[in-house]
Amino acid sequence: MLITCPYCGPRDVIEFTYQGDGNRKRPQPASQDLDAWNAYVYDRLNPAGDHNEIWQHSGGCRAHLRVVRNTLTHEILSTAFARGGHKTESRS
Amino acid sequence: MAEHQLPERQSPLEPEYHPGSHGNFEHGVDVILSETRPGSILQLAAWPGEEKRLIEAIRKVTGLGLPDGAGGGVSNGVRAAFGFAPGKFTVVDEAEGLAAAFAGAITPAIGTLTDLSHGRTPIRIAGPKAEWVMAKFFAIDFALPAFPLGAGRSTNHHDIFAQIQRSGADQFDIYVFRSFARSFWKALCHASEEVGYEVH
Ligand SMILES: [Zn+2]
Repeated sequence: MLITCPYCGPRDVIEFTYQGDGNRKRPQPASQDLDAWNAYVYDRLNPAGDHNEIWQHSGGCRAHLRVVRNTLTHEILSTAFARGGHKTESRS
Repeated sequence: MAEHQLPERQSPLEPEYHPGSHGNFEHGVDVILSETRPGSILQLAAWPGEEKRLIEAIRKVTGLGLPDGAGGGVSNGVRAAFGFAPGKFTVVDEAEGLAAAFAGAITPAIGTLTDLSHGRTPIRIAGPKAEWVMAKFFAIDFALPAFPLGAGRSTNHHDIFAQIQRSGADQFDIYVFRSFARSFWKALCHASEEVGYEVH
């Protein structure tokens, strides 16, 4: 499996660390809304198909990335810096 | 006032650093391994949006003009600079004292400067089989069109993080953590045995 880092280009998955589901919405740290915290910690879409994920290029430039991966085929559909900016489309 | 005397720096490779020809060199030496021992190795990081000002500061202090683009770099044999991550650059000088030269140029509004002169060990591999040996270590493309002269790459060999600059058509400088340098050096020597190598 190759992930195309927007900075480094295509690299083997071994250089990357999975940082979790990219759909989570973290409540404000002071929030007392237990349902919102419960959803943040436990609720996952778990789709059989395209999935928004956060990865870190930990063995390369160390940037945090937004990655769309197909959970059935492991195809990487797109990658982008998590803090915004350049997006790389991978699906041809 | 007497000039401040810096202590002589010891090489972490020393117990395993054996100048001469090694391995399968009867039919020729195809790579040369050496430790470049620069006086200064700096890491410069720009805050988001301040990258251009940081690149301009590098040009002012070192005279090195960094090309645009991810991993862009330049090397003139005495000084070298390359991008290794978004907004981050490694800058190297044969002479000591580069951090002091940058002190006024990198303001807190532009970014940060970290002096890694004692924290990284640069190892140079040169020769017609340099690409071949490097390709056994790192899963990146070392061909000249994919990895141009002066360019930098961040990658790793197992858990040894490496920043690599192409400092010649068949020459690479590998920056590894000092504490891992001897282990990496031994592995590099073993990997070079089949092509015949010389330690300078
Ligand atoms: Zn990267």
